[in-house]
Amino acid sequence: MAVDDRFPRRVGDLPDTRSGGTRSEIVTGPVADWATDFSHVEPEWAADPYPIQDDLRRRCPIAHTERFGGAWLPTRYEDVAAIAYDTERFTSRTVIVGNFRPPRDLEPVGVSPPISSDPPFHHEARRLLLPAFTKSAVRRLEPGTRAFCHELVDGFKGRDVVDAAQDYAQHIPTRVIADMLGFPPEDGPRFREFVENVLEGINLPTDERIERVDRLFDYLLQQIHDHIDHPRDDLTTYLINAELGGRRLDASEVSGMMALLLIAGVDTTWSAIGASLWHLARTPADRKRLVAEPGLLPTAMEEFLRAYAPVTMARLVKQDMHWRGVDMKADDWVLLSFPAANRDPAQFERADEVVIDRRVNRHAAFGLGVHRCVGSHLARMELRVALEVWLERIPEFTLADPSAVTWAAGQVRGPRTLPVRIG
Amino acid sequence: MKIIVDRDKCVGSGQCVMTAEGVFDQSEEDGIVELLDPEPPAEAAADVRLAASLCPAMAIRIEDAAQ
Ligand code: HEM
Ligand code: HEM
Repeated sequence: MAVDDRFPRRVGDLPDTRSGGTRSEIVTGPVADWATDFSHVEPEWAADPYPIQDDLRRRCPIAHTERFGGAWLPTRYEDVAAIAYDTERFTSRTVIVGNFRPPRDLEPVGVSPPISSDPPFHHEARRLLLPAFTKSAVRRLEPGTRAFCHELVDGFKGRDVVDAAQDYAQHIPTRVIADMLGFPPEDGPRFREFVENVLEGINLPTDERIERVDRLFDYLLQQIHDHIDHPRDDLTTYLINAELGGRRLDASEVSGMMALLLIAGVDTTWSAIGASLWHLARTPADRKRLVAEPGLLPTAMEEFLRAYAPVTMARLVKQDMHWRGVDMKADDWVLLSFPAANRDPAQFERADEVVIDRRVNRHAAFGLGVHRCVGSHLARMELRVALEVWLERIPEFTLADPSAVTWAAGQVRGPRTLPVRIG
Repeated sequence: MKIIVDRDKCVGSGQCVMTAEGVFDQSEEDGIVELLDPEPPAEAAADVRLAASLCPAMAIRIEDAAQ
């Protein structure tokens, strides 16, 4: 039997993507003026970014900061859209703002295609993923997702207060993506730990973060080998056999795509489910209406996605340029705040209100342009089923302690602690 | 109005489906654009034009019948 030697066993044997690049000085602490010194990782932003964004949109629609080695924050829908569409002048080489900029020679592929890729390479990498996330592929996952949500609620038996983020929302996307990738169900808790460790480790020292990421990759490589030995009909086998540019993917590409799907699919969906439950726990009128009219849920859900859009992406400026009144420098970050775009009164009527029966709702929660979310059908199914099951089983619930609710800081925002009273 | 889509250019962003549902869909096999109605009624024209302008891959072309 021919050995498939594309795949090493350990992460240390993968090609090195961490060398090169530039580091900037780490600046933290209270923000002096949001127009000239913003920071989306400070607690004030995490707790409630909307008044800050609304204020900036009025007085300084393209804000700036010296932090992170220089970054811009547009808050108008039309500016966010223009940047998302302009892949000539803004690169996706990296999409998470930090004090590290990966080297330019990674363009147009980037570290985790397709999200880190620019056209024309992006096109093919993205098209490779699309078939796995069509509406019919997602429909097949719905019964299993629903049963799993019921299982989670069954586990609440005898408890008056549960954490809707940690005991419910978080588990759903992790389980769904593990099933899609074909990981053994008994690995569930272990696998969840790897993912959580990576997601919660963003603010740890670099060495420790790398160690956590490496542990996840070791697990992914182990799964890849198991799938080579025992091919089956799942996403991992699909990626192992997929072709890009006329050749099959190498080990770092397969494991990188798996990791991207985990990172892009778990935190985001967890945040969307959590934010929706947070809204319903503190807005009895909307909760009662949805319990009485379950048919309204798909419409209401789009409004939760608009008003509490969990994801902000980033781009890097390719060359020095004057752009809509500001002087951008090569390698400046630009935050693509889909949440701010979604609350622009020039684009949406009653932009700052949550209107659960809003009819026309072309929100940007899943992004705009060529990178628009590949997983949107999957995310919508998970969000709908999670809310349907919760409202059916727990029609009455309130925030147990509003001051105990915490929100993730950074580019994916959602409740991380959400104690609700259910009995 | 006559619509022509280029399946090779399409990246399946789904923006046309959101903008002009009933005219565009995404294929169940590969997520790429599917033209449901190549010659849509006049009342869909504004949405279709918007969809064509929003397509990030410029995969939608419109030919106007001279009339
Ligand atoms: C409510 C949940 C979700 C939200 C709000 C969301 C949001 C987004 C956004 C805003 C982008 C655009 C990135 C950019 O412009 O750079 C994106 C891209 C992406 N998302 Fe999602 N996402 C969600 C769930 C998922 C799920 C469940 C998956 C799959 C498991 C997924 C996979 C992806 C991938 C692969 C991309 C990259 C597409 C590309 O670069 O062409 N997402 N997502
Ligand atoms: C959902 C939110 C995300 C979190 C919490 C997150 C977290 C992390 C962490 C902990 C690292 C390791 C840091 C390091 O090695 O220095 C990392 C690296 C990285 N992430 Fe993310 N990530 C997220 C989303 C994404 C997405 C959607 C992409 C798309 C490609 C991405 C691309 C990268 C890249 C390119 C690196 C650098 C890898 C390297 O230099 O070794 N991240 N991220």
